[in-house]
Amino acid sequence: MSALSFVLQTIRIAIPYLLAAAGGVMSERVGIIALGLEGLMLSGAFGAALGSYYGHSAWFGLLGALAAGLVLTSVLAVATLRFRANQVVVGVALNLLAVGATRFFLRLVFDSASNSPRVAGFGGDVSGNAMLASFANPVVWIGIVALPALSWLLYRTPFGLRARAVGEKPEAAASLGVAVVPLRLKGLLIAGSLASFGGAYLALDQHQFSDSMTAGRGFIALAAVIFGRWEPMRVAVACILFAGAETLQIQLQGAQLIPSQFVEMIPYVLTIIALAGVVGRSVAPAALGKTE
Amino acid sequence: MSTTVAVRMTNIAKLFGAVVANRDASLEVAQGEIHALVGENGAGKSTLMRVLSGMYAPDGGTIEVNGRDVTGWKTTDAIAAGVGMVHQHFMLVNTLTVAENVVLGQEPSSGMTIDMARSIANVRALSATCGLLVDPNARVADLSVGEAQRVEILKALYRGAKILILDEPTAVLSPPEVRELWQVLRALRDDGGTVILITHKLDEVIDVSDTITVMRGGRTVARMATADTTPRDIAKAMVGREVALALDASPGIQVTGENRARRADASSKALRDALSVRGLTVRGDRGTVVISDLSFSVAPGEVLGIAGVEGNGQTELLEAIAGLRKTEHGLIMLEDTSFDLLDVRERADAGLSHVPEDRHRRGLVLDYSIADNLILGRQHHFSSRRGLDRARIDANASAQIAAFDIRPPMPELAARALSGGNQQKIVIAREIGREFRVLLAAQPTRGVDVGAIEFIHAQIRAARDAGKGILLVSADLPEVLALSDRIAVMYGGRFVTVLPAAECDAEMLGPFMTGAAA
Amino acid sequence: MSGASVPSAGSANPLMQRFLSAFLAPIVALAIAAVIGDLLILTFGEAPATVFRLLYEGTWGNPYGFGQVLYKATTLTCTGLAFAMAGRAGLFNVGAESQLAMGGFAAGVLGMFLPASTPGVLATVLCLAAAMCAGATVAAVPGVLRAKFGASEVIVTIMLNFVVLALLNWLVAAKIHVPETLHTPPILSGGVARLSASLPAFHGSAANWTLLIAIAAALVCTWYLFRTRSGYELRAVGLQPDAAEYGGVRVSRVLFTTMCLSGALAGLGGMNFVLGYKGYYEEGFAGGAGFLGIAVALVGRNHPLGILLAALLFATLSQGGLAVNALVPKQLTDILTAVVILAVATAVPEVQKQLRAAVASAATLATRKSSAT
Repeated sequence: MSALSFVLQTIRIAIPYLLAAAGGVMSERVGIIALGLEGLMLSGAFGAALGSYYGHSAWFGLLGALAAGLVLTSVLAVATLRFRANQVVVGVALNLLAVGATRFFLRLVFDSASNSPRVAGFGGDVSGNAMLASFANPVVWIGIVALPALSWLLYRTPFGLRARAVGEKPEAAASLGVAVVPLRLKGLLIAGSLASFGGAYLALDQHQFSDSMTAGRGFIALAAVIFGRWEPMRVAVACILFAGAETLQIQLQGAQLIPSQFVEMIPYVLTIIALAGVVGRSVAPAALGKTE
Repeated sequence: MSTTVAVRMTNIAKLFGAVVANRDASLEVAQGEIHALVGENGAGKSTLMRVLSGMYAPDGGTIEVNGRDVTGWKTTDAIAAGVGMVHQHFMLVNTLTVAENVVLGQEPSSGMTIDMARSIANVRALSATCGLLVDPNARVADLSVGEAQRVEILKALYRGAKILILDEPTAVLSPPEVRELWQVLRALRDDGGTVILITHKLDEVIDVSDTITVMRGGRTVARMATADTTPRDIAKAMVGREVALALDASPGIQVTGENRARRADASSKALRDALSVRGLTVRGDRGTVVISDLSFSVAPGEVLGIAGVEGNGQTELLEAIAGLRKTEHGLIMLEDTSFDLLDVRERADAGLSHVPEDRHRRGLVLDYSIADNLILGRQHHFSSRRGLDRARIDANASAQIAAFDIRPPMPELAARALSGGNQQKIVIAREIGREFRVLLAAQPTRGVDVGAIEFIHAQIRAARDAGKGILLVSADLPEVLALSDRIAVMYGGRFVTVLPAAECDAEMLGPFMTGAAA
Repeated sequence: MSGASVPSAGSANPLMQRFLSAFLAPIVALAIAAVIGDLLILTFGEAPATVFRLLYEGTWGNPYGFGQVLYKATTLTCTGLAFAMAGRAGLFNVGAESQLAMGGFAAGVLGMFLPASTPGVLATVLCLAAAMCAGATVAAVPGVLRAKFGASEVIVTIMLNFVVLALLNWLVAAKIHVPETLHTPPILSGGVARLSASLPAFHGSAANWTLLIAIAAALVCTWYLFRTRSGYELRAVGLQPDAAEYGGVRVSRVLFTTMCLSGALAGLGGMNFVLGYKGYYEEGFAGGAGFLGIAVALVGRNHPLGILLAALLFATLSQGGLAVNALVPKQLTDILTAVVILAVATAVPEVQKQLRAAVASAATLATRKSSAT
């Protein structure tokens, strides 16, 4: 395989990670644990298939993804911000809810237990290199700019400064008149949108929704957030690193150098090592997960 | 003097659940003065000021600022109206820079982005004008405590504060830093600004204030001009009666004189010290040495009181003795037992009792029942192979509740539900109502009502009379003077002086506490 | 005299308070779930009453269905206990899924290697020990990282789930499996008897005597938590680590041992499938029971006896999903499970706040009363 196809393949795999991880960074930087990324992605994927199916256009798919993601985000927001529920528990429940609800509605809407019918995607009619064709997809470009844009947002804008303050020491921000809950809500809405776009990419790229199609990508994105120490650009590097490992595994499939299961473990093992502080300690935002 | 009224608070009430923090609290502050708001711990000073700064909405009463009724306003309104508060616990974001902390919420921007260059320039200019020097680019986590406080004041001034509230600003400052702070505050006043200073230290009040309002039990009880008053009058107003503790001559001296005689008697009999500490060096949370090469001993039947401004190593000293903090060097002995290799439990079993300074964090498991709290640290004495011995735990609880008058007398009730005084009685009952030889007592009466204070003091005296060695740490100087046989003044991690209590009074200890004399 | 008067103020009554704190939130949660369930059923054009009747008939309404409920409740009790014991020490063990799988794998592999002549009881006990040790070993990793480095056990357990499941997948797929399947060769000795062997009515259901082991585990956990010194210390660490440290508890040691204990309980759950049902380890047998343990612990309010009840509830929902699948998708019950979790998680802090306020004011009253007399 050529170097170009390796790079292109890596980018394709990285897009959902980049989007979901951007959502993860946003959520955790305002102090809300991003355990629900997987669920947000899955609901985004389902919403995309639904929108694209009824709207006959991938653009409606994006709208559908946004709508589905925001429904789940508002559940998250109400539970954590209004009722101060435990964020780990809510995150786990959100993932269960997404799996159950997408299956339920898959049966209700498409009368299938496994997948939706074929739906419209982006740029299906570009002739030539199929690999390059996927770059006609605007979600790819959103994915590529998401983390750099988030970096700009966090470090250059008033919103970003306030977000960092709220995730680190909310009472300090509040004492200066920064409204903590509305700011966290904004952060969650951004996070939910980004993660659901990550799911939408999967559904629109494969022209269908299939049961549990996110397959743990939300957790890989979460691993990237932690491995990247909550810094958007480092997180982007982590996403690309994880995607690269996966590409390598796919391209070397015939060679059987190392079992695929061991390649799958890479992001998780790296994250655990990072948490143990072996190579530079990952330190979470101080107010992450605090309910008081 | 200006007669314009900057702040007028009338009959403020503030409740937290069933707890009354403020009732009939009234305060009048003239523009261009430094106004001291004094009172003991728990008198309701901080609450009243949080009401003024918009953090709490009052449950009754009215607030006027510059003649405008602002009752029930929000933090943002208060900031906009030029009321700024510097909190006792810093409200700073450690991971952000000084400039970022200062401009947070009111960022100068160009287009959609923050104009960081302008932020830094503004902060630098402001810090130069008011003499609050600090590097705008430094991360707050890297600042010293004094610098952090300057940032807090800068934050308020950056927002155009004309009325500046400071909550116990000197609790963590060194004497030169305190002098600097006074200069800054005086300069502010001379510029037409108004300063409200919350404190419970009389020397500060006399030093810097123009007018004084005294609070007690949630109410404002007296208002006086500093020039026309004496420390004794203020103290009397704070405590609500002629100060029978130690500021006042007769009863205190009688007690301590008697102590000294008795102690001389005891020490001739005692062959060894109850507690001895040699060459102790301990690091604080920030990794700096907070206790250096400290040596002292406590005899059986003696109270060694440690006086000093908080944050001079007292907390770390007691934690090190109790086994809660690692020591760098040094030896700690309880009679003949070296604490070198012993953990917290083994030290307790060797005869060490410890009333910790913060009962809410350490002294009690708030969600445990009174009965379960009464065995904390001794749980291994109440269990056997078959598990916890409930019958003995309950018997212990009934006995302690009766002996120490813990109310309500319901052993099953969670400690959280009790008043501060009764919570502290649980700790006292557990630590004094058992076999022990040395007692570490840190802030034993903090946030406790007057009745409970007298009870707790009596318990400590009784323990001393029974021949226990007692190391007392208190931020409350009268308490140290009233209970101690010897008094050590701690400053910068050392004992700057150790004197027999009979030779001490507040005025002579003051210079030692601030490091002015050594 | 003070001390003599014990006030009878209702809300200060510790028993009453304990009762409310235990049951109020789960009851509210179930009510919410029932309403949402009704709405979802209506979207499918079915009558809620019909669906719920079918759900009942397919579970508690016949011996087979009830047997399946008991079988599922057995695993859920173990994973629920795993989450609850960790939770009592202030730890979040989100790794029960992989600890359960590892426990089952260890039991299966040991059972496979034990000679057929091994006495059944001995083989069962050995497999039980292997399952618990395996679960504990998996949980020891987050335990060490938390105790030594302060690394968040939430993240480590989640990440470890993927690592362990991938490892097991590789072991089974590449090393030890019966050709054409994803399961290990069957055990030769140590199988746990089905309930149907003694109670023929349960015929066909997977319920087996591992059930008694799970109930025993819950009783032991109750005793351990509330009647032993270690339990006293464990709960103190969970409520206020600084106070526990002051009370002579070695906090990081408690964190580590509790994590191992939690993993052992999850691993124990693997017995149910491997020894009691199939007689071999099969890829993916855990099937979310580890995560469902969080729901069980939450609704059971982290109390081992509550967990027994909550395990029955969620087992009923899970089995009931299959029963109603002809009318509405079985995933209805997955949604309801998530709704119950969310509702309990949101209701608990609220209920606790109210109760605390009530108790505090009643105690103030009682203090005044006892002072007045």
